[in-house]
Amino acid sequence: MTAGPDTAGGGRVSRRRMLGLSGAGLLVGAAAGAGVDRALADHHETPGGAVPFHGAHQAGIATPVQDRLHFAAFDVVTEDRDRLVRLLKEWTAAAAAMTAGRPVGRGAVGGVAEAPPDDTGEALGLPPSRLTLTIGFGASLFAKDRFGLQDRRPPALVDLPHFPGDKLDPQRSDGDIAVQACADDPQVAVHAVRNLARIGFGVVSVRWSQLGFGKTSSTTPDAQTPRNLMGFKDGTANIPGTDDDLLAKHVWAAAADGADWMAGGSYLVARRIRMHIETWDRASLAEQEQIIGRDKKEGAPLGARREHDPVDLRRLAADAHVRLAHPDSNGGARILRRGYSFTDGSDGLGRLDAGLFFLAYQRDPRTGFIRIQRNLAGDSLNEYLQHVGSGLWACPPGVRRGGYWGDTLFR
Amino acid sequence: MPSVRLAGLAALMIPLLAACGGTDDAGGGAAAATAIDATDTACEVGRTEFPAGTIDFKVTNKGSKVTEVYVYGPGDKIMTERENIGPGTSVDFTVQLDAGKYQIACKPGMVGDGIRKDITVTGRAAAGDPQLAKAAADYKVYVTAQVDDTLARTREFVKAVKDGDVAQAKRLYAPSRLGWESVEPVAESFGDLDPRIDAREADLEEGQEWTGWHKLEKALWKTGSVKGEEATADRLVKDLEELRSRIPALEFKPVNMANGAKELLDEISTGKITGEEEAFSHTDLADFKANLDGAQKVHELLKPVVQAKDPALAVTLDEEFGKVHSLLARYEKGDGYVSYDTVGQDERKKLSDAVNGLHEPVSRIAGVISR
Repeated sequence: MTAGPDTAGGGRVSRRRMLGLSGAGLLVGAAAGAGVDRALADHHETPGGAVPFHGAHQAGIATPVQDRLHFAAFDVVTEDRDRLVRLLKEWTAAAAAMTAGRPVGRGAVGGVAEAPPDDTGEALGLPPSRLTLTIGFGASLFAKDRFGLQDRRPPALVDLPHFPGDKLDPQRSDGDIAVQACADDPQVAVHAVRNLARIGFGVVSVRWSQLGFGKTSSTTPDAQTPRNLMGFKDGTANIPGTDDDLLAKHVWAAAADGADWMAGGSYLVARRIRMHIETWDRASLAEQEQIIGRDKKEGAPLGARREHDPVDLRRLAADAHVRLAHPDSNGGARILRRGYSFTDGSDGLGRLDAGLFFLAYQRDPRTGFIRIQRNLAGDSLNEYLQHVGSGLWACPPGVRRGGYWGDTLFR
Repeated sequence: MPSVRLAGLAALMIPLLAACGGTDDAGGGAAAATAIDATDTACEVGRTEFPAGTIDFKVTNKGSKVTEVYVYGPGDKIMTERENIGPGTSVDFTVQLDAGKYQIACKPGMVGDGIRKDITVTGRAAAGDPQLAKAAADYKVYVTAQVDDTLARTREFVKAVKDGDVAQAKRLYAPSRLGWESVEPVAESFGDLDPRIDAREADLEEGQEWTGWHKLEKALWKTGSVKGEEATADRLVKDLEELRSRIPALEFKPVNMANGAKELLDEISTGKITGEEEAFSHTDLADFKANLDGAQKVHELLKPVVQAKDPALAVTLDEEFGKVHSLLARYEKGDGYVSYDTVGQDERKKLSDAVNGLHEPVSRIAGVISR
């Protein structure tokens, strides 16, 4: 669970002057420094600790970004709505157990010798590792003649338009249900998705999945900003997970937005963005910095000295990434990014199959990701990128005790 | 056969009600576990006489090498085994043994025939659930019929091979395997027979002679000639006759039946869905159907017990078997199925999803009937 109003004040508090606005897109926008002091509950900072599962919002959105990702998109293979709801309840129980560092069901060992254990066991002895599991529902789940949800599809759960340069692989795109598993230990994240998939056999089938090994965006501005595979700091001015005002304005959906069941939820855009690593590496440092709009060492906007200095858009090239992604270039649009670098080996031509698995949460993708991504059509960075996978999911609000994932939708 | 061959009997002969002596000991005063102290040069067993029924062992590796322990029946039939027992570690295991002579073998370094100790089991195990006993008896009838069927059809197939009638042999190949595929885990329980009858070329170990169905399959579909395969053809019939001759002495245990059903679905998942089983003939879907029928037979026989202990599981199994059957039926063609190389990746994914939906509940049958 995120540090909501009920938890943010508790425990040891780390304070920092936060710098305001965040941009969007692959790299970061800029900081126009509105100083906001926020509290950070200490359980978010314990490396092996547990992130609470229950709460007003789902964990894994405003939660400080963990080091590792296993993301899975599922298709529902049953036509039986009750069976789907039963699975969501089973998943919720398993997710609550695993995020607390407990095994699924009756555990991995000590059960009936003739039966396969309920839990697969590879996370035995590992700490919770700040595991979060976040679920989202894709537009296809709301299709007519499926589960009677056609009237409940939120207006914001649009079909993403085609963006210039997209080369989307259907086998790496979309899906009825998405599950984002983030943890500081990759084995914990993989264990979580594996066990959910196992529980789901016969009801859901994994459509595709993606591992991510390095966070590229931080939602904790006081931590060092991570670098993406292009070698640049990424997420300098992301929406902090502790800024309730910004979260309410840009990340959490409200009942008045058009789907009351989504109040407290958020919309997740995932994009598998392949980087043409080898050609990027041959670009001169000056060109790389021009393309991004920041210097490589410090991460400072061009024309400024330090990473968190305000961005002067006029100092950047018209097609610089940071300029085009900046809120000021997008009518103030902001999204919360928590993407991960990925490397899926090589591509058969000896080139790294690597890039950014972009994940962004927002209150409404029409005024968030879509708005910004359209503006990035002229981004000089596009020469080095290709969007090869895509998806948009409506992530319901958090689970209250006794509730289940999606209960506001299915009740 | 599976690409990674499980140690034959171990897979099938998982002891009945091994959970007794575990958490909720209903084992009727079962004695404490018998110690097996394994070293690099010795295999000390705490006692040599046992009453029939469930027997618990605790093996401790006091040597310097990784070891493994086998319990062998007559003819080195593997009753159970435990591998990869590291130095300084202990492993508990349970085996269900009827009256007879057995051997316990410790294999330091996990090689060779091992250091053997004779043990004797006497008396009769306590009678179990009559419903389960009936299921086991009925299953034996089924297995016998399936092996008879495969033997009869293989004789026809082999005749065509020896006549050099490639077209006829190709027609008879898949049907000859159906009985075998429906009860394959039983055959696998005889560690030596399965590789002789059903080895795939890719699975051969160095120096292993390739015999059996798949050698003939390759000759028929790849080479297009069965010249020189007469000996292989005769050997196949002989090996199946040997399998048939061993069936009467077999005692089927319900838990082993349930595990066998799971193994049949393992076969589908790892061999048929991927198209590896019938690499040349592409008759994988015929095997698929036979594996499925064999697993369903076990389900039907054990259903009264499953219904009593976990009614929801019984319903789920009926549903999921139904789904796989109806999906598979789409690929029927003539007396058999379409060639699997015409089944695209998307369709294979659908088959795989359906099998996954069935495989999970099937894997729970053994635990449920053991409760």
